[in-house]
Amino acid sequence: MAALIQKTLAELAAGLRGKQFSSVELARGLLERIEAAQPKLNALITVTRDAALAAAAAADRDIGAGRGGPLTGIPLIHKDIFCTEGVRTSCGSRMLDNFIAPYDATVVARLRSAGMVMLGKANMDEFAMGSSNETSFYGPVRNPWDARLVPGGSSGGSAAAVAARLAPVATATDTGGSIRQPAALCGVTGVKPTYGRVSRYGMIAFASSLDQGGIITASAEDAALVLRAMAGFDPRDSTSVDRPVPDYTAALGRSLAGLKVGLLEEFFDKGLDADNERQIRAALGVFAGLGASLREVSLPSIPLSVPAYYVVAPAECSSNLARYDGVRFGYRCREPRDLLDLYRRTRGEGFGAEVKRRIMTGTYVLSTGYYDAYYLKAQKVRRLIANDFERAFRDVDVIMGPTTPTPAFEIGAKTADPITMYLNDIYTIGANLAGLPALSIPCGFVGKLPVGLQIIGPHFAEERLLTAAHAFQRETDWHRRIPPGYE
Amino acid sequence: MERAEIETIAHLARLELRESEIPAYLESLSRILELVGELNRADTSAVAPMAHPLPGLSQMLRADEVTERNDRERYQSNAPQVEAGLYLVPKVIE
Repeated sequence: MAALIQKTLAELAAGLRGKQFSSVELARGLLERIEAAQPKLNALITVTRDAALAAAAAADRDIGAGRGGPLTGIPLIHKDIFCTEGVRTSCGSRMLDNFIAPYDATVVARLRSAGMVMLGKANMDEFAMGSSNETSFYGPVRNPWDARLVPGGSSGGSAAAVAARLAPVATATDTGGSIRQPAALCGVTGVKPTYGRVSRYGMIAFASSLDQGGIITASAEDAALVLRAMAGFDPRDSTSVDRPVPDYTAALGRSLAGLKVGLLEEFFDKGLDADNERQIRAALGVFAGLGASLREVSLPSIPLSVPAYYVVAPAECSSNLARYDGVRFGYRCREPRDLLDLYRRTRGEGFGAEVKRRIMTGTYVLSTGYYDAYYLKAQKVRRLIANDFERAFRDVDVIMGPTTPTPAFEIGAKTADPITMYLNDIYTIGANLAGLPALSIPCGFVGKLPVGLQIIGPHFAEERLLTAAHAFQRETDWHRRIPPGYE
Repeated sequence: MERAEIETIAHLARLELRESEIPAYLESLSRILELVGELNRADTSAVAPMAHPLPGLSQMLRADEVTERNDRERYQSNAPQVEAGLYLVPKVIE
């Protein structure tokens, strides 16, 4: 297995086609790694061993018959926010601990039909609300680089699993940084596509105008391959965009000569850890060496992205989570006295503290008398932020900066104060508010902890972001580092 | 923000809070409102609110045709209590 976990997806696919190893062997080897890592990392909520081996055997038959595609037989883990038919889909919550999804999310269906083999479901912050994976009903995920630290969140299980090489690919979702922040803290590549690029059908909703499905992999090259298979129009998601999906891998080899890179002034602020900044600056030097030209850009409204987000996201969450009422599916309290008691106790007992805090915040900002002052105001500021980005992209092709202010922090360090936790996402939220694609790639270490570089692009510029990330990864080997103990 | 407001919000959101949870929510919600109060620093007098992150897209429509089959029994297998195809809840009308 030690050799297999270092291979790119293209190398794995070639090995499968060349019969150097089978998909069943690959799946079995990774399932063993998952079993060994589970007590240490808690990266998965559900392991689907039998279904994985059956799907791998089917993939081997397809490959043998010459029917395989570039992803046939490649194992993956789905974030437990994506509905998987016949398999518990908990969203990290007691509320859905007993929920067996009756259908597949579009993302799951597409990757299944591409021949990918699901090993299990990744742990996550409850309903994707969190930046440390500590709000999961199933307990925190631990960072493979140091088990005392958080992996980031909300896609902490996905990021930890890919970092520890429990699977080469994990799906993830990003509402305010939930793909990029854990990817940065775990030293892996995380891609949040443009809003509407990937179908949200069967992806349990948190904040519908911000939620976007994406991918965590070891490299940009791997991400390009998977993103191509999962992206595209879906008539079942009315916000998915009907626009052709480019072959993201075809653009990977392009030169960066002449690429105009904007350095976001407001991101190099006093909140940015000095050691983190040094790694980011060094990475920017690599891009300059590849022929990119660097210039400063300013987004004057971006400091208001956290306040705007903490109105818009809770408002949409309070509305989306109204469906958990103990009637049609999910948790129900014992012996309700009447209907009101059924609702109140089901929701009081079924949701964790952070989810309840956000539902209450959302209920407040939407309530009579406060709607204009908070919700409408936040939507206006959201437009100012989107306008800032639009202006910046008239002068530059991409924007670069840190993904997070600091490397991974200790479990428990920020749970006492929600505001401290919310500020983790200060550099990532802007892209969600504006609907822009963004990714995070490992670009160095502070001590033994990885640092993430964020690259943001205009709408539908995924190709450009992946090309830039891949060019960087051909010059550096940060993305090939594997946490000690998981080699 | 005051304690009575927390109780009102919790009622509107249909969330039962334990007595011991209320002070912590009171404190954290007050701090969140303080944080979002920073929005008032922005002059938005000439700005239209933004409800959708992509410009120029309108709501999609499809032909009015039946596309889904009736899967009631499969969906109801996740329900806490059903009888004869109906979801059961505590008695609402005496």
